[in-house]
Amino acid sequence: MQVAIADTPVVLDPTGVLFLPESRTLVVADLHLEKASSFARRGMLLPPYDTKATLKHLADVIERRAPRRVIALGDSFHDSNGYGRLADADRLRLAALQGGREWTWIKGNHDPEFPADVGGDVIAECFAERLTFRHEPVEGLAPGEVAGHLHPAAKIRGNGRSVRRRAFVTDGMRMVLPAFGVLTGGLNVLDRAFAPLFAPGALKPFLIGDGRLFPVAFDALCPD
Amino acid sequence: MTAQTPAKAATPLPAAFGAWFATRGWAPRAHQLELLTKAQAGRSVLLIAPTGAGKTLAGFLPSLVDLAQKTATPKKAKPGAPIIGPHTLYVSPLKALAVDIHRNLELPVQEMGLPIRLETRTGDTPVYKRQRQKIDPPDVLLTTPEQVALLLASKDAHRFFKRLKTAIFDELHSLVVSKRGDLLSLGLARLRELAPGLKTIGLSATVADPDALCAWLMPQEPDAPRRLADKIIVKGGAAPVISIVETDTRVPWQGHTALYALPTVYEAIKAHKTTLLFVNTRWQAELLFRELWRVNDDALEIALHHGSLDRGQRRKVESAMAAGKLRAVVATSTLDLGIDWGDVDLVAHIGAPKGASRLAQRIGRANHRMDEPSKGLLVPSNRFEVLECRAALDANYLGHQDTPPLRPGALDVLAQHVLGMAVAEPFDAKALYDEIISAEPYRDLTWERFERVVDFVATGGYALRNYERYAKIRRRKEGPHKGLWGIANPRVAQQYRLNIGTIVEAPMLNVVLGRPKKGVIRGGKRLGQIEEYFLEALTPGDTFRFAGRVLRFEGIRESTAYVTQGEDENPSIPSFEGGKFPLTTYLASQVRDILADRERWSKLPDQVCEWLTYQEERSRLPGADELLVETFPHDKKFYLAAFPFEGRLAHQTLGMLLTRRLERAGARPLGFVATDYSIAVWALRDLGALFEAGRPSLAALFDEDMLGDDLDAWMAESYLLKRTFRNCAIISGLIERRHPGEEKTGRQVTISTDLIYDVLRSHEPDHILLDATRADAAGGLLDIHRLGEMLYRVKDRIVHQRLERVSPLAVPVMLQIGKVPVFGEAQTDILVDASEALIREAMGEAPAEPEEHARAIAAQPAANRPAKRKPRRAARAAGAG
Repeated sequence: MQVAIADTPVVLDPTGVLFLPESRTLVVADLHLEKASSFARRGMLLPPYDTKATLKHLADVIERRAPRRVIALGDSFHDSNGYGRLADADRLRLAALQGGREWTWIKGNHDPEFPADVGGDVIAECFAERLTFRHEPVEGLAPGEVAGHLHPAAKIRGNGRSVRRRAFVTDGMRMVLPAFGVLTGGLNVLDRAFAPLFAPGALKPFLIGDGRLFPVAFDALCPD
Repeated sequence: MTAQTPAKAATPLPAAFGAWFATRGWAPRAHQLELLTKAQAGRSVLLIAPTGAGKTLAGFLPSLVDLAQKTATPKKAKPGAPIIGPHTLYVSPLKALAVDIHRNLELPVQEMGLPIRLETRTGDTPVYKRQRQKIDPPDVLLTTPEQVALLLASKDAHRFFKRLKTAIFDELHSLVVSKRGDLLSLGLARLRELAPGLKTIGLSATVADPDALCAWLMPQEPDAPRRLADKIIVKGGAAPVISIVETDTRVPWQGHTALYALPTVYEAIKAHKTTLLFVNTRWQAELLFRELWRVNDDALEIALHHGSLDRGQRRKVESAMAAGKLRAVVATSTLDLGIDWGDVDLVAHIGAPKGASRLAQRIGRANHRMDEPSKGLLVPSNRFEVLECRAALDANYLGHQDTPPLRPGALDVLAQHVLGMAVAEPFDAKALYDEIISAEPYRDLTWERFERVVDFVATGGYALRNYERYAKIRRRKEGPHKGLWGIANPRVAQQYRLNIGTIVEAPMLNVVLGRPKKGVIRGGKRLGQIEEYFLEALTPGDTFRFAGRVLRFEGIRESTAYVTQGEDENPSIPSFEGGKFPLTTYLASQVRDILADRERWSKLPDQVCEWLTYQEERSRLPGADELLVETFPHDKKFYLAAFPFEGRLAHQTLGMLLTRRLERAGARPLGFVATDYSIAVWALRDLGALFEAGRPSLAALFDEDMLGDDLDAWMAESYLLKRTFRNCAIISGLIERRHPGEEKTGRQVTISTDLIYDVLRSHEPDHILLDATRADAAGGLLDIHRLGEMLYRVKDRIVHQRLERVSPLAVPVMLQIGKVPVFGEAQTDILVDASEALIREAMGEAPAEPEEHARAIAAQPAANRPAKRKPRRAARAAGAG
């Protein structure tokens, strides 16, 4: 689905990534790789399949879009030691994805540090096609900002049932991407965390459905 | 006392006890002496007796006699000296019950001057007292299953329980059917290891299968016949006098409030000394309490009691009740169990009791003296409930019991126990296995499954073995504990203690009645706790009913919700849960019998007979073994209404499976709703015509094979299964409820169990936790067993009525549409207007004053209107960043 952020045309992919057709840049937020093993260190032995599953989804969309550049928008690893905990197969898979294209790791609050052998650039924020890419959105006006961090999800209700899905949120000027990792939860876009970013009522979510996106009016949203 | 004299020579009762009975003007009852004799012979015993039969005293008498005859035990242990632990352990499912029993036992102990110390130990016991109890234990310790597990998971357990002679399990019938009972059965197996020769005493209300409880009390051996404890059954005293409320007002078609009968209920309260009013849910309690005070012109002392209220508030009501200061208490199941409430002379049950045994136990709360008949009043809240109350009442006279059967012990509970045992001291896997299968619920556990549970506890039990370094328990490779499984580090023990227990509740927030001060709400009186999901759906200014008041929601700060006194009479947010307990199989079959047997209608109110007569004229009534399926058009859609009477849970599962099948058959189903009695499915194509043409036939639609692939496919996606998984994940210790150091802030589970479920299901579908989840769901939220039995029962007995319009019997379920969550695949407009037009259509031109019905429905309070904020949502995900 094609939309514009501060007049820059972008494509919202129904998997939850953003694609810039002109520079063939793919932007993915909040992978949270090795989240399960991060919990395991604290005594909660969550299923150790999240990294494999997340990388599989990422590989699929990279194959389909064939980007020249990938920007990982922060919190790519659930903690700074995450890269070191990758299983060999997952490390190889990640390296394969990085091969033949430019790869940019934006630092996030979960992964402020990267080991030297991670591959690609590590940076706090970057720019492409008049857009600014950073992990945490800044408060107030930020035209052309693309961020992650908040894990937006939207909920709508109808016929006595409700549907809650991950969502892109934008007001046409800036955008917050949904979290991509399989073990990442969502924060309702009506949460006050979104209030400093979007003027009241200006926020528009695109809900991720089965293989397609559903733009929804602000008035149709409901809290959790 | 004369009756006792001839037996004097043979009585096992010491003289001091006989004298004490005499001063109270009592004679020991036969079953009390019988139990004493058996216990003195070292036998374990199950005592089944109605309330008021002196059951508790009977259970404790052997211990009191034994302790009285021993010389005073040395008290405080010196450092390093062996700890002298309790002689008797009493376990009750309720903290309040332990406290109450303690009070009741102190009396004989003091009056006889016995050198016996009794103490309670519950979650409410202060830490210093709990620590003191471990150094200086009482003779009799009164406690709960969770505390038993905690005591056992300690290094001192060996010394602490060495002296234990007797374990008494109160309200055993209610414990054994829950996961708490599973945990306790494992604890009992360990107690037997620590205290060889331990005897058990079970106290229970009447149950359908006493032998199952007898087996629970005994250590079992593999491949041997079940060992049973001795059984003493005391027959009930005078038969209870139960009636169904009679009013001139119309009985509503649906709903759960029974407000139509309020004036009659109020008159009944006035006519009795103390009335206990039982309801099935907390919200019903709140509503009834408010409505009673609205008509309480005589300012009778009417109080409210349910599990969410502040503890202090509950204790106040309990003691006022015991002191005879209250005229009525509105209560939920928190009052079900044997606490002594003083002189209750009437028990009113609002709404149908859903089970014959539940009714008997609740009515038994009136007149806590066995020889006087207890008096009960049933207040059905809708027409189907009239039939159900009638069936329950008849069953009560026949003494029929329909308590649920015992199920095999749950694996998530086993995982928790295994970790607890490692916390206590390193264990040998084979020895622990042998101990575990001596517990009746786990007697059929295979070694292979046990090993998988140990593996799960150690490293998560994943095929991908990469958590070895994070293992919680490890098999020691060297040292004095070589070959034994012990915890990897002390933090594991701390985590275990913080997360013990099998009761997984929705996350709760404290509710505080604040005072506005300069525009800020300041803290004030704590009113109790409410589920987080409910409070989070509110916006400031919304009003709702709680703790007997209408409250205005102000906001949530940390784990506290602040409210102020609301001004409206009618809260803006209806909060309502329908029937919580599913209708028992037995009562369901009785309801079908009543429908099929005109003779039995004579006992029904006229308006209900009239309703059934119209049904017979316009459609038909199902035979006792038949399944009636009606099809009819309504409001441009085509409906199917079926009447299996198998309870809401089984019906929801059935509805899901039927819509899947109809979808495949091209009938374009849109959704369905389910009640305890029936389901309605609606579609865009003419279902009646399709069935008649055999596309599909009803027999094929309702074929048992729906429990195969269709069920598997649906279960995988079902939110019900995800909810079940959440419980299993928490009980088994995969997910923590509380993390060390974060006890205060841990408002919710830190990660979405839905996401974990999805990952696990797609990568390791045979994981043991998914097994546990499926087993739980099959018996619990999905009620698949019961659905399977129903499909088998109605095979070749499905009758189809193709109608021009909705039938009288289908009106109640049709009125539910739009009031309860609608399930189904399609998202088209599926709301049907629950209006008087629907009823008029059903009754046709009949002289049934349809307007009056409509008014009765319209007059029902806000709580019955569509729950626009029905509290169901995806489990909260972890916060961002």
